[in-house]
Amino acid sequence: MSADSPPNGDWKERSWRPFTEKHPERKPDFHTAGGLPVEPMYQLEPKTPGAGEYPFTRGIHPSMYRGRLWTMRQYAGYSSPAETNARFRYLLEKGQTGLSVAFDLPTQIGFDSDAPEALGEVGRVGVPINTIDDLDALLEEIPLDSVSISMTINSTASILLSLLIALAKRRGIDPAKLRGTFQNDILKEFIARGTQRFPVEPSLRLVVDVIEYCQQEVPAFYPISISGYHIREAGSTAAEEIAFTLADGIAYMEACRDRGLDLVSVGRRLSFFFNSHNQLFEEVAKFRAARKMWAQICRDRFDLTDERACQLRFHSQTGGSTLQAMEPSNNVVRVTIQALAAVLGGTQSLHTNSWDEALSLPSEEAARLALRTQQIIAKESGVADCVDPLGGSPFIEELTSKLESEAQSLIDEIDQRGGMLKAISDGFIRRAIEESAYKAQLDQDSGATTPVGVTSDGEIPDAPFSVDPAVESQRKSALKEHREQRNQDLVDHHLQKIEDAAGQDTNMIPVMIEALEAGCTLGELCKTLTGVFGEFQDHG
Amino acid sequence: MARSGPIRVLLAKPGLDGHDRGIRLVLRALRDAGMEVIYTGLRTTPEQIVRAAIEEDVEAIGLSSLSGAHETHFLEVSRQLKSENATDILLFGGGIIPQQDLEPLKSAGFDHLYPPGTPLEQIVSDLKSQLRPGESE
Repeated sequence: MSADSPPNGDWKERSWRPFTEKHPERKPDFHTAGGLPVEPMYQLEPKTPGAGEYPFTRGIHPSMYRGRLWTMRQYAGYSSPAETNARFRYLLEKGQTGLSVAFDLPTQIGFDSDAPEALGEVGRVGVPINTIDDLDALLEEIPLDSVSISMTINSTASILLSLLIALAKRRGIDPAKLRGTFQNDILKEFIARGTQRFPVEPSLRLVVDVIEYCQQEVPAFYPISISGYHIREAGSTAAEEIAFTLADGIAYMEACRDRGLDLVSVGRRLSFFFNSHNQLFEEVAKFRAARKMWAQICRDRFDLTDERACQLRFHSQTGGSTLQAMEPSNNVVRVTIQALAAVLGGTQSLHTNSWDEALSLPSEEAARLALRTQQIIAKESGVADCVDPLGGSPFIEELTSKLESEAQSLIDEIDQRGGMLKAISDGFIRRAIEESAYKAQLDQDSGATTPVGVTSDGEIPDAPFSVDPAVESQRKSALKEHREQRNQDLVDHHLQKIEDAAGQDTNMIPVMIEALEAGCTLGELCKTLTGVFGEFQDHG
Repeated sequence: MARSGPIRVLLAKPGLDGHDRGIRLVLRALRDAGMEVIYTGLRTTPEQIVRAAIEEDVEAIGLSSLSGAHETHFLEVSRQLKSENATDILLFGGGIIPQQDLEPLKSAGFDHLYPPGTPLEQIVSDLKSQLRPGESE
């Protein structure tokens, strides 16, 4: 099928029927509570592309949630591997369908829990993982070959991948059976999130090492999740979120092409991660525009004709920065609207924030309510029964096309600057985001966009959750024991191999796996790498 | 003894936290209000912060933390200022700081702790009224 000419015949016959014959829908037929029939998708003009058809504006699959609901994937992690394991098992028991690991900052940046840099940070925003035994404890009694695991890890994604492979081998599980996602998106760390450890070039090399290794050995994993989420949290507009995320995507595709990787295989395993904020219609339009633009980028820039390689699959999370500390239970309503936007926009997986996240990490009860919010949308509202239900609305279509053209102008500007790596290093991207953040703050300060329930004399309640500070000393003694029990000569030998590999063109993952199996820690690997790669320095 | 001329402020992010949206907004608002502001960037240690504050002869230090490590880092900055006999420097902070943690920070010298969403004008006027009490708007 040529992508430019309108497809022939009726969408339902040409795409929906062949797809659903292979992948049956959840129910034989769908109808409203009052008994009215619900068609898979509504179209004003049957010849225009529908869901599952290039450029996928209406969704990447013909039946979308009529076939399978989105994955409900709540991000969790704090304190120690064992405590996080307990939260994971709680969420799985309550019907969550995938795991998502939050790591603490030392782990994300590459410091062990006993490093001076980790002081005060251990177990605070996520779980510390330094050794294969830590990962084993984190995933205790979790079947690695059936539960998919998403890891928010970037600078040290190569090390977490290596730990996961080492753990799979220890448990006798074929790495090819592992399913999940690594965030592994270093460019947005330089733009908006701030956990980069190495300079850009070697950081990008490690990103491609992960993609290359996964392509060969862990083919069911999504080795990168190109993230607009943090760009939006840093204050960008919706159009900037699309543009800067897709521009990062272009940079990764180019880096993979330079490595000589097959871009069809790369494209089929790319995933994206977007934010979902309060403006319901703009958010829905954003997801639709992003899907369409990425499909066009894959075809026009990278000459991909494989349809699956052009599909923008994405995870979404409700907007942390929209949560308010005053009258925090109001956040439940904000999260519901944002989750609805992500579902109406066709997300593949979703994290709903807990209402108390403006105060602290989520309490167990709030985490359950966040998950229940998704389940109510999925099972009680009926919105999952019709594909792209807002598609065709003149308002939504207009917003979709306006966001597309605004994002396209930004991508054009990035191209003119010589590409995304240049636009990041010359400060263009950060300046644009800061400008938007400043405008938004002034609007809020002027009273034009003051959130409901927020007043100058409003009270903020106590935080419902806190991490036990004892975790830091427990981690220190566990690591001390670990270092005493291992064979130090073997460790030194493997760290030397890491240093050698870092200076060469080889893929780092195999040597990292061996080093971690020999008892090397995440912090030791990173320290060795900084000796070769250098270390990122922020100058404000 | 109040100084005159532009107010000099050091802004810093101690520890590993990478959330810098808030501190960069404050940086811009203070500069727009005519202050001289130094921002030390991500991942600075309390030692580096106190040293920079003394070398740059600032009148106020603003710290930001959204990663839960505020107690460790904020209190350490306050302790080191005391040991350097530099307690005339005004301390303020911002970020996600639980209510139950406010009191120890206030008694360590943090006059203002701003939650996310605080109007920028409030931070500007707090600094002005404490450091340039005689000058009206």
